[in-house]
Amino acid sequence: MELIFFYLIALVAIGSGFLVIRCQSPVNSALGLVNTFFCLAIFYVMLHAPFMAAIQIMVYAGAIMVLILFVIMLLNLGTEARKRYTHGVVWSAIASLLVLFNVMYFIKRGRVTGAEGDITSFTVESVGHTELIGKALFTEFLLPFEIASILLLVAIVGAVVLAKKEV
Amino acid sequence: MTPEMLSLSNSPGLFVGIMLVKILVVFGVTMLIVAYATWCERKVIGHMQTRLGPMRTGWHGLLQPIADGIKLFFKEDLVPSESTKVPFLLAPMMILVPALITVAVIPFGPDLSVGGFLIPQQITDLNVGVLYILAFAGLGIYGIVLAGWASNSKYSLLGGVRASAQMISYELAAGVSIIAVFMLAETLSLREIVALQQQDLWGICSFVPNWYIFTQPLAFCLFIVTGLAEINRTPFDMPEAESELVSGFCTEYSSMKYALFFMAEYANMIVIAAIAATLFLGGWSAPLNIGIFTMIPGFVWLLLKIFSMMFFFMWLRATFPRVRYDQLMRMGWKVLLPLALANVVITGLVVVIVQ
Repeated sequence: MELIFFYLIALVAIGSGFLVIRCQSPVNSALGLVNTFFCLAIFYVMLHAPFMAAIQIMVYAGAIMVLILFVIMLLNLGTEARKRYTHGVVWSAIASLLVLFNVMYFIKRGRVTGAEGDITSFTVESVGHTELIGKALFTEFLLPFEIASILLLVAIVGAVVLAKKEV
Repeated sequence: MTPEMLSLSNSPGLFVGIMLVKILVVFGVTMLIVAYATWCERKVIGHMQTRLGPMRTGWHGLLQPIADGIKLFFKEDLVPSESTKVPFLLAPMMILVPALITVAVIPFGPDLSVGGFLIPQQITDLNVGVLYILAFAGLGIYGIVLAGWASNSKYSLLGGVRASAQMISYELAAGVSIIAVFMLAETLSLREIVALQQQDLWGICSFVPNWYIFTQPLAFCLFIVTGLAEINRTPFDMPEAESELVSGFCTEYSSMKYALFFMAEYANMIVIAAIAATLFLGGWSAPLNIGIFTMIPGFVWLLLKIFSMMFFFMWLRATFPRVRYDQLMRMGWKVLLPLALANVVITGLVVVIVQ
């Protein structure tokens, strides 16, 4: 049952991913991307990670994609002229197929040893997914977390400085 | 035999059946409230402006929503020839669906024990319930933005652009204002948040429940203001400002599609009222821990709270003029967000000191 559901959603995800690159109008591409993010959120739910799913929808679908849509609308990007870019299609197709086979090969080659880390599906069930992420972020990975937030702050200040004509 | 929680594993048939019943009932009640909220709003605003409001259809205009529905249903469905068809058709649905989906996590009563099973009076209890609400509340914006863009009309586009900027700005403050509640509750599940609010106020006052509005009055006010801005209600209805944008993002819509926009507006209003009631006003629990009050079933209290919040929203609409766009942005970023952040910091400090 879960497997059928997985394949169904995977099909939708790949389909909308395909739409992103094939659509003529940038707005439709953006909508395809939103749909892909939704499918990813469903995968997170299926992996027992509801917090990640909610954050995925909230941050990517709810904020970032809205901004992208906003920019597309403001710049009024029309439908792209129907140009056919054919050069390099064959080589990139071969390269992607090779990468796919590589990944498949390494996945098949790997062996499950049965060793378990601290966090198993049992601890996730008993402690709670959100609590575990919170603890990890604010104890073990506090420094990277803070550095990431400083990076974001720098990016915001930089954007304001670049965009503002005179202070 | 101690009753256990009904789930898909211990009784699949009953579970699916009860789930369907719950979904249908909640959906039906929400749609009924949506229909009569329109009547109620016209009546309330009419009386506040010393008019009578709708009087002709039925007793005091009680059949007005049905008449409006039939009228809109039989109107010609115009699609502008220059519009982008698919987003134009999708937009009204994309604004209504997130509003209706959110109702799924609102608890409306204590667990019922039927046939040896505990049945929660809530469609589903997510352990990230509040985040789910925030996530889907943020999605309603797509409907507005797409409606504005796809109509291919200047008024609509301006409305859509205004809406997206406004909703992104206020979503942030709304999310941050709710964080203070999580910090006190230490859970994201709405069911547990309601249960926590049934305890005694600050552990001392035995008959007043521990509603978070008493501990977090600032967060409550911030949530109401940002919530109003997020659902584009007056005084924040810039995206559909009649005096400058005709009707904003829904200018080009007609017939049932236009009705969907209106239904979405009222559904959003119900959702914001329900979230405010659940997070700050004790959800379905009685306002005083007195025998007579606790005997009244939970959904009555929840509906009463939702209705009083909605009355408050209508009252605001009749009272306040629309804010200017720069005022709106300045208030969102320079007043509401810093206040919400300060509230989080102070709440954190107090929680650490008390513990």
